[in-house]
Amino acid sequence: MHPETIATIIAASSPLVFAVLGETLTEKVGVVNLSLDGSMLLAAMTGFAVAFVTGSVELGFLAAALISSLVALVIVFTSIELRLNQIAIGLILTLLGTKLAAFLGQDFVRQVGPSVQAQAIPYLKDIPYLGEIFFNHNLVVYASLLSIVVVYLFLFHTRHGLELQSSGERPEAAFAKGIPVNRLRYIYTALGGALVGIGGAAFSLDVKLGWSEGHIANFGWIALAIVIFGGWHPVRAALGCYIFGALQIIALRLQPELPGLSQVLPILPFPIMILTLVAVNHPFIRKIGLRSSVIGKIVRSDPPAGLGRPFWRE
Amino acid sequence: MNSIRKIFTSNMSVMSTLCAVAISLLLAILLLWFSGAPPIETGKLLLEGSLGNATRLSDTSMVWVPLALASASLIITFAAGLWNIGVEGQIIVGAIFASFVAREFDAPPPLLWGAMIMAGGFGGMFWGGLTGLLRIKGKVNEIFGGLGLTFVATGLVIYLVIGPWKRAGIASTSGTAPFDTKAWFPTIMELRISPLAIFLALAGLWLVYYLLKQSKFGLQLRATGINATAASRLGVRTERNLMLAFLLGGILAGIAGTVQVGAIHHKLVPSISGGYGYLAILVVLLGNYKSFRSGLISFFFAMIAVGSIQWQLRLDLHSSLGGVTQGILVLVTLIVVAIFSQIKRNKRIKDAS
Repeated sequence: MHPETIATIIAASSPLVFAVLGETLTEKVGVVNLSLDGSMLLAAMTGFAVAFVTGSVELGFLAAALISSLVALVIVFTSIELRLNQIAIGLILTLLGTKLAAFLGQDFVRQVGPSVQAQAIPYLKDIPYLGEIFFNHNLVVYASLLSIVVVYLFLFHTRHGLELQSSGERPEAAFAKGIPVNRLRYIYTALGGALVGIGGAAFSLDVKLGWSEGHIANFGWIALAIVIFGGWHPVRAALGCYIFGALQIIALRLQPELPGLSQVLPILPFPIMILTLVAVNHPFIRKIGLRSSVIGKIVRSDPPAGLGRPFWRE
Repeated sequence: MNSIRKIFTSNMSVMSTLCAVAISLLLAILLLWFSGAPPIETGKLLLEGSLGNATRLSDTSMVWVPLALASASLIITFAAGLWNIGVEGQIIVGAIFASFVAREFDAPPPLLWGAMIMAGGFGGMFWGGLTGLLRIKGKVNEIFGGLGLTFVATGLVIYLVIGPWKRAGIASTSGTAPFDTKAWFPTIMELRISPLAIFLALAGLWLVYYLLKQSKFGLQLRATGINATAASRLGVRTERNLMLAFLLGGILAGIAGTVQVGAIHHKLVPSISGGYGYLAILVVLLGNYKSFRSGLISFFFAMIAVGSIQWQLRLDLHSSLGGVTQGILVLVTLIVVAIFSQIKRNKRIKDAS
């Protein structure tokens, strides 16, 4: 593949990478934030509106991260303190977030505002092939690439990451060992929400500039599906984002030759992802997975055992 | 997902629910006020705009019908402990199947309506059944299976409208050519209200009530929803029950789609589902999974949907404000009810010690 194409895919996928990494963190600690489709829209709108008013892209990203973090906190608060169902609250917030974004963003529809500026990294960008792919983007894209590595290292190679995982896998056992399960759930749900918000702003301030009603509708659901597709592993999930991004770019390129296809291709990734889920869960594939540890690692896709299950100290 | 029924504690009184609704209504009014809607004027416009005259009342009723049917569909699947988010897609496929009959078949009107309803119900059942198969045989969570199939259904309807079923000469996303008037559900005089559609919605709500409260199937379904493992040990065929819930829910959603094409649009349009599948989730959460309450709340939500058009016209408020109000009502009510039961729980613990 041409390096330029790969670079385009990496850039176009960066918002989803943030969102998917954020949701992976949240679900790893045992909380389902199902509000992504609403909270990303709300964050995209907030990010654009704040950047538009203040002229500062950085403030836009900050505001987007805050608002999305706030939405995530509603879910974890109502779950832990009020024993409300995370899925129910998540769905309500999805619908409310969508409508709220449309309502609050009405003055910013189709305005032209600030955007993230390109920033090639000197010297590194001149590396043949790799330079074009990785080092000729803007700060948002670099941050998305860096986040994959950081989240991976944090989750699997630090003490905090292991505590996070045990809170999501076996909350009772983790609590017995002295890990403050619910406090961690608050922290990482808020942090995951902030990443989702950055993803939303990365759309409105970089990849899909500006704001209009339903600007990035359905991307939240796609992000949620990619988390499952990624088997709750940050690197695999990021790979899912890039596959999805590649499908989109291919659809765009094929449009002139196959106009009918353009109607079908945008929805294609979702069914493909579902078929992948079916395949991954199929007993046959599972059996192969058990026999070979390498394949097993690739296809394994069990959710954290305590996912969506609240933990209360009785 | 057996914790669905625990969203509300079982001993929640009607009093505390009403209290919660009152508080959330108050909050919604305050919020409307903040966003530039004078409370009394807004309320008056809502009532006038949704019930003020025969035309508006019939418009509201025709929003109520698909919403009530979608809610009935969700109540059945909720009882089985399922998050059947794919209702939206099932409405679409029901509408496609009903449109197919309306376009391709010629029969005396009552027969044609019957055939459309059956085809629509079948289409919804087919789509619901696919979600069920994905869940039961493919181990794909029904939230994602349902959403994926909704995306596919959306793609399908757009493809049909601009492709094979396009209006002669022009392919436009404004919809297919109108059906022959024989396929239009009869209405009262010149109004949009269709007694047949109203009957279908009432029958759907009653069916769900009857099945869940009075039948052995309902008992088994609820047992499956509360604890599938225990139910299965007691001899309940849980997979069969889940599948039946998906199929039944699909039929109800498909009929909602039939009403959308047969009684409201009289043609197939890309946005045929009208978002009722998603809105019904809010209705059923607020209605505590009960048919009668959900029927009433559907009507209230229909009033907001139709009445808020007047906010747009007369007060120059944004069209999304109706949806914001609905969302806030549900969120705040759930939270207030939860706070009440939390207080009760703390008191119980205190009394016990």
